[in-house]
Amino acid sequence: MLASTGVPTRVDIEKAFPNEVRMNQGAAAVIECFQNIPCNPCYTACNRNAIKEFQDINDLPLIDHEQCNGCGLCISKCPGLAIMVVDMTYSEHEGLLKIPYEFIPLPVEGDIVRGLDRSGKHMCDVKVVKVLNTKYLDRTPIISIAVPKEYIHNVRNIGMGD
Amino acid sequence: MKYTDVLIIGGGPAGLCAAISAAEAGCKVLLVDRNRSLGGQLVKQTHMFFGSEKQYASVRGIDISKILLNQIHDKENIEILNDTTILGIYEDGVITAESSGIYMKIKVKSTIVATGASEKTLAFPNNDLPGVYGAGAVQTLMNEHGIKPGKNVLMVGAGNIGLIVSYQLLQAGVKVAAIIDAAPNIGGYLVHASKVRRSGVPIYTRHTVKQAYGKDELKGATIHKLDENWNPIEGTEMDLDIDVMCIAVGLSPLCELLWQAGCEMKYMNELGGYVPLRNERMETSIPGIFVAGDVGGVEEASSAMVEGYLAGINAAQSIGHTVCNIEEKKKDLHDQLHALRSGPVGTKIREGITQLQTVLEAAASSSL
Ligand SMILES: Cc1cc2nc3c(=O)[nH]c(=O)nc-3n(C[C@H](O)[C@H](O)[C@H](O)COP(=O)(O)OP(=O)(O)OC[C@H]3O[C@@H](n4cnc5c(N)ncnc54)[C@H](O)[C@@H]3O)c2cc1C
Ligand code: SF4
Ligand code: SF4
Repeated sequence: MLASTGVPTRVDIEKAFPNEVRMNQGAAAVIECFQNIPCNPCYTACNRNAIKEFQDINDLPLIDHEQCNGCGLCISKCPGLAIMVVDMTYSEHEGLLKIPYEFIPLPVEGDIVRGLDRSGKHMCDVKVVKVLNTKYLDRTPIISIAVPKEYIHNVRNIGMGD
Repeated sequence: MKYTDVLIIGGGPAGLCAAISAAEAGCKVLLVDRNRSLGGQLVKQTHMFFGSEKQYASVRGIDISKILLNQIHDKENIEILNDTTILGIYEDGVITAESSGIYMKIKVKSTIVATGASEKTLAFPNNDLPGVYGAGAVQTLMNEHGIKPGKNVLMVGAGNIGLIVSYQLLQAGVKVAAIIDAAPNIGGYLVHASKVRRSGVPIYTRHTVKQAYGKDELKGATIHKLDENWNPIEGTEMDLDIDVMCIAVGLSPLCELLWQAGCEMKYMNELGGYVPLRNERMETSIPGIFVAGDVGGVEEASSAMVEGYLAGINAAQSIGHTVCNIEEKKKDLHDQLHALRSGPVGTKIREGITQLQTVLEAAASSSL
């Protein structure tokens, strides 16, 4: 149970992902924000109107995956670090995840790191494809990792060192 | 004796915004804080804040404080006195203070109390061992002074403070053994909880500290599980090998000055303890004394800022100053507060505050 453990259920997670068809068309955002809290910068960050306008600041974000092109502008603007981008067209066996990562040292491109699930458990090894740390990201770097497709719903973090 | 129109006690988000809006209305403002640097809680908040654009959502607390301070420094009618503690508020508008070791008096037309809140403690055997700290204290140590508190931490309390300080401990390279909370559910925002969870930190709800142990310093702690009636369940003890324990079981309003001034107070569990009665204008039962921020009920920096702007405008208006479109401005601020508190998380706060206003209004009409 998310409310007592902090780990969303499989059902919650799958609902946040784009549908199969959309997943196979390319990058799209996955928003794991399941609680009504006074917050809306994800909506203000998106300039494709993929995230619906909030009627009330406590609304849950509603994303239209058809409008979303996976640009990732919203990732570093979410104070809950609840947004990532998934791209199943990356390669035959791997999908690409773009996750926010606020720890040092940052990994470097080409590193093989541990792919962790939503409870921090090591699921599989993943390859770091890109590390973005621009001024726009304002100290919330975005790490792109190549994840074996069978683990695409599981991996949500990376682990380095011990 | 020093003279000013509006005295603001406390330079956190509430006090900074109160100073800005009172100064915009043309008042001479004196902004006082007992710390060397202004910003209150903001100066150690390295994470991004929630809220909407108007309350600087997505901006880190430390940066919000810089934005507000720049606005303060641009205003010639705001004087800042740091390293100054306000000691007492008296009926004749005289306020006493200790400023860098010197006793002084200030004569004011109106006062805004924005002193924030202090951390609550928790009773358990050996809670006085070195190594047992308030979570906020550890945050100050780490983020303001760059000192790691230890190697392995038990966080007691899964509210926003417990969750955020755990995250910042991880960022500093300190291990967090677990976060525990006596309540059945996580009290803080679940997005924060998920953030620490996916770094491998377990969260045990319905758990509390049985005891801490160690001779000269903290060496470990035993935690145990609670049943539905909050009684410990025998046989559920777990030993944790930790050298730091952070207590994050809530804040209570720092309202000694309001008591001393004679403001009417009421105990409100949902607002963190005793809080002052006040009206919509943020004025307490004593005319000329206004409040803003956590001192009036423990909440968030976002609402503290909006309350600060409101208290500043109203304090200015009460002594004959005004700004253009004053009623529109106030309405916008009330709407912002309402929106911030309109969700399920804000329900308790909204109800508590409505009660405080109703009591004060009833008292006012019965004295007619
Ligand atoms: C770990 C943590 C994380 C948080 N995260 C968030 C968040 O993500 N989003 C959010 O909106 N809020 C957050 N908050 C809450 C937010 O920081 C507070 O609600 C807010 O700072 C309250 O503002 P304030 O101005 O009322 O009080 P404070 O910021 O506490 O400021 C009070 C000031 O008054 C001064 N003072 C007190 N007594 C005296 C006296 N007698 N004389 C002179 N000066 C005095 C103090 O030195 C202090 O500077 C967080 C708080 C903590 C502790
Ligand atoms: S990834 Fe880009 S298009 Fe999609 S929701 Fe985020 S900001 Fe909008
Ligand atoms: S910005 Fe993040 S935490 Fe805030 S509402 Fe959007 S998804 Fe949720």
